[in-house]
Amino acid sequence: MATQHSRSAARLMMAPAVILLLGWMLVPLSMTVLFSFKKYLPMRGGDLGWVGFDNYVRFVSSSAFWPSVQATLLIVGGVLLITVVLGVVLALLLDQPMWGQGIVRILVIAPFFVMPTVSALVWKNMFMDPVNGLLAHVWKFFGAAPVEWLSQASMQSIILIVSWQWLPFATLILLTAVQSLDSEQLEAAEMDGAPVFKRFWYIILPHLARAITVVVLIQTIFLLSIFAEIFVTTQGSFGTKTLTYLIFQRVLESQNVGLGSAGGVYAIILANIVAIFLMRIVGKNLDA
Amino acid sequence: MGSITLSKVTKSFGEAQVIPPLDLEINDGEFVVFVGPSGCGKSTLLRLIAGLEDVSSGEISIDGVDATSLAPAKRKLAMVFQSYALYPHMSVKKNIAFPLKMAGMDPAEQEKRIANAAKVLNLTDYIDRRPGQLSGGQRQRVAIGRAIVREPEAFLFDEPLSNLDAALRVNMRAEISELHQQLATTMIYVTHDQVEAMTMADKIVVLRAGHIEQVGSPLELYERPRNLFVAGFIGSPKMNLISGAEAAKHDAATIGIRPEHITLSKESGTWAGKVGLAEHLGSDTFSRIHSDELGEITVRTIGDFAIKHGDTVYMTPDMSKLHRFDADGLAIR
Repeated sequence: MATQHSRSAARLMMAPAVILLLGWMLVPLSMTVLFSFKKYLPMRGGDLGWVGFDNYVRFVSSSAFWPSVQATLLIVGGVLLITVVLGVVLALLLDQPMWGQGIVRILVIAPFFVMPTVSALVWKNMFMDPVNGLLAHVWKFFGAAPVEWLSQASMQSIILIVSWQWLPFATLILLTAVQSLDSEQLEAAEMDGAPVFKRFWYIILPHLARAITVVVLIQTIFLLSIFAEIFVTTQGSFGTKTLTYLIFQRVLESQNVGLGSAGGVYAIILANIVAIFLMRIVGKNLDA
Repeated sequence: MGSITLSKVTKSFGEAQVIPPLDLEINDGEFVVFVGPSGCGKSTLLRLIAGLEDVSSGEISIDGVDATSLAPAKRKLAMVFQSYALYPHMSVKKNIAFPLKMAGMDPAEQEKRIANAAKVLNLTDYIDRRPGQLSGGQRQRVAIGRAIVREPEAFLFDEPLSNLDAALRVNMRAEISELHQQLATTMIYVTHDQVEAMTMADKIVVLRAGHIEQVGSPLELYERPRNLFVAGFIGSPKMNLISGAEAAKHDAATIGIRPEHITLSKESGTWAGKVGLAEHLGSDTFSRIHSDELGEITVRTIGDFAIKHGDTVYMTPDMSKLHRFDADGLAIR
């Protein structure tokens, strides 16, 4: 099949797609890098020339920088922890034969189909609103003062909303992994004298390791860039300003494209640091 | 000690009763084989003994102690599964150590038992590998190793050789038999392969649709099948079963004669027929002979017998080896 001729033909045929994808990535990336070395204020004079590393220094020395990195990592870490732990529990429960299994599974997966903006608004207005929210009614029913979720427990609320969105994804991946476990292995462990919890710890959890890795890696990619949930709830106040949100503020609210671009480059660096750490910690699970 | 007694054991899945009331006695140190066609309930029966399934009614006692509602781990039985069920993320050593670790055994004693099992089963060179890096036969041995380190009262084998190729199967068959001689522990072995049953068993239990058709030593079953089913199931090639006028001559509804108990001749004999197919194996010749009044008859001749398709031959059965069955399929003695 793969003669010299067909290989070069294949390259030629794939070239347009590859070039398109490469351009799609390279053009915005190089423009970001380009702008990050310029003083560029669209509404206040436009391109004001090269400034070297000024934007980079200003972005890092801003008092909002480190808290935003911290907030980003906290949200990513919190959501990962909640979705993986609850995902494993839910996957194990959903694997049990029960009445109405099909409907229950669809219900569990449903939150994933709701758009981030919509789900954050639903949470904000229907559940977490301190006057009309469902949770406020529950608190009042028990005679407690309603919690102002998005200001008093802003970080926890955002983590809760995002976890709710991503739990179905984790559950789905982990459920398929649970289902692929050979039941004879569990029976063998049972014969070998392992009670329920030890069977989970020694047999099921190692079997899920690869699926958990996939969940962690994929979710991290998406969670590093969450934006809509913050935009429609706290607007970055009460300590929920992530790096993504900070960049948004620099570019659109302060109309400083140069400074925002420098932030973008920092975001790329942060994502790579996280990726390196993750691959070190969980990457070995992906080896067959 | 490993004697197991089943009394009036039944098992139903919903409406369907897969094991009707069944009694069985397994003595200490015996090699018992459950054999029967697929779906006859032999694996279910093994799982009932193991405790992986609950009995619907009846009683299972191990060493005279009622074990009917005992957890599988408490029954002191070890099982080797069809898929081997090795733990893929653990090394061979950890796999074998798993039951000992679960029992909380002293590490020094664990080491000793693992080393011993590895030696017996020729696994010493592979002890640190993962199951994925082993061949089928080696995996099989690891699964057996995991069973023997526990020093159980009895071993349960669920079609352990069905995933191996033919040559390896013969080897492993011999190894398991040898292991049984060495350990002198009760073994219960499930298979659908009557050759495995014949070669390994002290006692064969022939099952059909959950019923025990016959229990006995291999030769007992071969020489004195209790009914048509056992007669047809035990022995390879199958016993020739003839009904109709020829059977009536012997006061039976059906008569059976094994292929090896018929003598072929080109000149004269009791029954005449035409050769349909002759398989020349060198050591034996298997011929399928078509006879108008008897139907297809299989004949086994020792050594080579020069016949080919279309030849007319004569068959003479050894009348002392003739089996007679009544209209209900039961043997007439």
